[in-house]
Amino acid sequence: MSCLVVLELENGKPNRPSLATISAAKKLSQNIDVLILDGKAKEDVAILTDAKKIYYFSSNQQDVLAEEIVDILKPLSSKYKFLLAPSGTFSKNFMPRLAANLDKQMISDVINIHDNDTFDRPIYAGNAIATVKSEESIKLITIRATAFEPFTTKTGSSEFIQLKEPEKVTFNKFLEREESKSERPDLSSASIVISGGRGIGSSENFQIIESLADKLGAAVGASRAAVDAGFISNDYQVGQTGKVVAPQLYIAIGISGAIQHLAGMKDSKVIVAINKDEEAPIFQIADYGLVGDLFSTIPEIIKLI
Amino acid sequence: MKALVAIKRVIDYNVKIRVKEDGSDVEKDNVKMSINPFDEIALEEAVRLKEKGVVNEVLVVSIGDNSVKETIRAALAIGGDRGIHIGTEGALEPLGVAKILAEICKKEAINIALLGKQAIDDDFNQTGQKLAAILNWPQVTFASKVEIKDDKAIVTREIDGGLETLEANLPVVITSDLRLNEPRYASLPNIMKAKKKEIIEMNADELNIDFKPRLKTIKITSPKERGGTVKMFSNAEDLVKTLRDKEGLIK
Ligand SMILES: Cc1cc2nc3c(=O)[nH]c(=O)nc-3n(C[C@H](O)[C@H](O)[C@H](O)COP(=O)(O)OP(=O)(O)OC[C@H]3O[C@@H](n4cnc5c(N)ncnc54)[C@H](O)[C@@H]3O)c2cc1C
Repeated sequence: MSCLVVLELENGKPNRPSLATISAAKKLSQNIDVLILDGKAKEDVAILTDAKKIYYFSSNQQDVLAEEIVDILKPLSSKYKFLLAPSGTFSKNFMPRLAANLDKQMISDVINIHDNDTFDRPIYAGNAIATVKSEESIKLITIRATAFEPFTTKTGSSEFIQLKEPEKVTFNKFLEREESKSERPDLSSASIVISGGRGIGSSENFQIIESLADKLGAAVGASRAAVDAGFISNDYQVGQTGKVVAPQLYIAIGISGAIQHLAGMKDSKVIVAINKDEEAPIFQIADYGLVGDLFSTIPEIIKLI
Repeated sequence: MKALVAIKRVIDYNVKIRVKEDGSDVEKDNVKMSINPFDEIALEEAVRLKEKGVVNEVLVVSIGDNSVKETIRAALAIGGDRGIHIGTEGALEPLGVAKILAEICKKEAINIALLGKQAIDDDFNQTGQKLAAILNWPQVTFASKVEIKDDKAIVTREIDGGLETLEANLPVVITSDLRLNEPRYASLPNIMKAKKKEIIEMNADELNIDFKPRLKTIKITSPKERGGTVKMFSNAEDLVKTLRDKEGLIK
């Protein structure tokens, strides 16, 4: 019952969601192989994941298209019972395409593994949990990383297997990527997240959020309204259709608490809400609340820490 | 050029979801239903392509029981030209839906298939990708900007690290993200006009494909509630003290 995990790398190492996916994979199989897009990372990946085999490309394939990675994975997949990847825009793009190529119904965003066939996944923005059973001969699964602890080991020794470079498809082409650069911790691995909403008012004002984040060594997040208004770029959005986070501490500032936002942060350990409206729904799920104008309370907090 | 927009009838995003006590499903009786918001964005984009003269017909397809006809009608009022209702009873999954849509794309010689990136009920985020796979078409998912030029689609997509742009040949499958556009409301005259637009009826069984669900739903449950009630502070100092001394979360 072997399992192949497609990992995502960050600075040459598997990112937190990838390590959480290894933990999930361990519940399904003791024979775990992994695939990485950049061969330079293979030694580190061996140490951190304890994979039996590591499939890699000799040059970094970070711009690979879904169509191209599917062409690589399709022949590999017949050796496996499980194909896993951390849930994110990369896997959400290629995994369903691969599943349809194999005529399989894939299972997205798994948060709990009952046994090799039975899984829990959130539906309706996390307002209900579906327990589903799959009898597919190959199960394609994306893992909601916040639901699993990252795998830890320092003892791995792996067999390295170089794959041939993906062949470019002729009907689709990568043109460019605009990566938002930040010195701050990554949203999906930070232990503290400070998020701002429409209440922040402008992109200049978002500096208040950033200063607080810097004081606490925290990642910055945002509500959809803040992103739509152009205060900050799309990759900071937390929620049903953005990123899902579960840090030790989540501070929501000027965010009302719509269910679509809660879907992305309600599993945080401690939630703090700062809002001038004491009736804001965010207070219903917060552990601690502060009613007040963010333009006076946040500078005060910054001074106190 | 012809665009297909697939739309799903879902519980309106403003409705508070309640899980049935017997764990079989969520409560759907007497609950407001709407077009899946992402599909509405896909529809708006198709209608704009028509207004720009890129597309000359917008075909709206929905799969389900008779109630989805109302949703198709609403989509025709926003600007769809023609509807197809594919009748089925019972549960559907992305793989089955993609197979059905692929048949329609072939039959209707579609150039651009626009779908929402996910449905807000099952939150799968799979159908567009699977449709592209079955048709062996290029896919551009999570689109926030679409431009059609010389039989190519230049599409910006939202990814975890920022934005990226692809150039895909037509025919293509595009799935919409939230920031692709802001959908319009149907005007009263357009609602009246939509009543006269054609909706073709078809039964999914006529297509002779296997669209039966593969996943078995064992049960639907409510998520774990967060315990306890909120402790409210009246000043920043008390909040900081608690986070530092009681929770040990900040220095
Ligand atoms: C299909 C769909 C998907 C969606 N996905 C997401 C998603 O992934 N993530 C997401 O976040 N949303 C999502 N939304 C949008 C969601 O429904 C809400 O519209 C959004 O979360 C609201 O953002 P907000 O709380 O910042 O804005 P608002 O609801 O406008 O709240 C602003 C808050 O700021 C407070 N405020 C204003 N000024 C101040 C001040 N000076 N000091 C203190 N407080 C102040 C106000 O009291 C208010 O509570 C989605 C919606 C749909 C339909």
